[in-house]
Amino acid sequence: MSPGPVEEPLERRAVISGIGQSAVGRRLGRADLDLTVEAALAAIADAGLDRDDIDGISTYPGMGAGTPGFGGPPSPEVQDALGLSLNWHDGGGEGPAQMRAVMAAALAVAAGLARHVLVYRTVTEGTAQGTGGRPGIGGAGGGGSVPRFGSFMQWSLPFGAVSAANWIAMVGQRRMHEFGLTREQLGQIALNGRRNAALNPKAIYTEPMSMHDYLAARIITTPLCLFDCDAPCDGSTAVIVSHRDVATDLDHPAVQINALGTALRGRPSWDQFDDMTTMAARDAGASMWERTELTPADVDTAQLYDGFSVLTIVWLEALGFCGRGESGPFIEGGAAIARDGVLPLNTAGGQLSGGRLHGFGLIHEACVQLRGEGGERQVVRPGGRHPEVAAVANGGGPIAGTMLLTRGLT
Amino acid sequence: MVANGPMLRLLPRLSDDVAFYWTSGEDGVLRLLHCNACGFFIHPPGPVCPRCLSSDVAPKEVSGRGHVETFTVNHQQWIPGSDAYIIAWVSIDEQPDVRLTTNLVDIEPDDVRIGMPVRVVFEQADDVWLPLFTPEGAS
Repeated sequence: MSPGPVEEPLERRAVISGIGQSAVGRRLGRADLDLTVEAALAAIADAGLDRDDIDGISTYPGMGAGTPGFGGPPSPEVQDALGLSLNWHDGGGEGPAQMRAVMAAALAVAAGLARHVLVYRTVTEGTAQGTGGRPGIGGAGGGGSVPRFGSFMQWSLPFGAVSAANWIAMVGQRRMHEFGLTREQLGQIALNGRRNAALNPKAIYTEPMSMHDYLAARIITTPLCLFDCDAPCDGSTAVIVSHRDVATDLDHPAVQINALGTALRGRPSWDQFDDMTTMAARDAGASMWERTELTPADVDTAQLYDGFSVLTIVWLEALGFCGRGESGPFIEGGAAIARDGVLPLNTAGGQLSGGRLHGFGLIHEACVQLRGEGGERQVVRPGGRHPEVAAVANGGGPIAGTMLLTRGLT
Repeated sequence: MVANGPMLRLLPRLSDDVAFYWTSGEDGVLRLLHCNACGFFIHPPGPVCPRCLSSDVAPKEVSGRGHVETFTVNHQQWIPGSDAYIIAWVSIDEQPDVRLTTNLVDIEPDDVRIGMPVRVVFEQADDVWLPLFTPEGAS
């Protein structure tokens, strides 16, 4: 159920005034704090600000979260490293996916709790996983020393449903059953990402990939192959969320937050969500469009989460770019989602080829495109204009957040 | 032939709220938490019925029959040493919006169909009886 009409969506008081990104690579061997400082200083400078202007900080997922290399430095470490004096601070892993940190910052700015918020997401999963690949769980001869599990993981771990890859594979299989999705259609998400990554100097995988390469790749968990799963990497992405009052002071177009999509109306778990083909993306998408007069037809580029290819096609439908169950035919052949297509998608290569910057790479690229700074990969719409409206989505399954960004103030 | 599951079963803690579920198979019967006030099956178990908010809830036997809602054949060595195995979401016939993440056993991947009827079989691991599912009619 919708919370009802809003007089003025307060997120529109917020703009992304600056963006920054550290070096990105498969295994950089640098500390997460080092990468974060690099990205943060770049974003602060891009916004035309000094360190002393920053009075808020926010990150995802915050302290002590997840597997090695996943969490990035907690916000107090970054505050201290940069010598920040703050009016507002936040960090956490629960909420509308990774971009919850941007959402929180926008609302803090709108409420007057802070004026310029540094928001970052840092991963060092490439280095943490080392050269031997992803470490397994347990292993032979574990005997009685294997720990027991509680909470939500107890419902899947005993059955070897260990990874989000397994859960998302089941969403994909259900889509094949209900909608006739094919592996060749799914492969277009991977191929599109690879084509765009070739024009992104920071991308992880840039060598050309054919449909034959895709179909011949090692199966991870049916129907997903290696190229349906994103590439762990090292890198930090930062954005500065500021009050819209600053928009006229910038030497580049401000990127305004037009609407946030935050709903989670179904049951918050992978196996109990009512619709196995959509999950929370359905609710987040619907709630975003409830907060804006813009429509899917206004969107010039979409940066949709591709931690796994299936999630991207779920988002295409959840955000109304095609009808329910129609994403397969929509992406067939790849023309619709190419840079010169009706919906230029994941134009920096996404996470499948660009690297798993965990949602924030997509936010960064949306800003790049809206500012017209994409260089070789810049989207140019019919009539020669640069994109004015971008949709960004993070997450999948029972965790989803989305936002609509515009060039300049609306 | 695929395996029944990973080579190592990562097991749940038998805390008070879920111990009944994970040990139910000791007598070959699947049980789910049930609301005595409105008849709703509550899974995963919780302190009150999320439909009517009654706290009059208790485990109740179910038939152990269900249907395959979707599945995947896992090949990745998340748990080193594992052969391929089938993971599925199975809906429970008494209340199909309850789904169990499980393994399908005694069936080859090519024979699995979404919508096929299945019934529970239990695999004991230490003090836990894991509910797995096999095609209806299999011996």
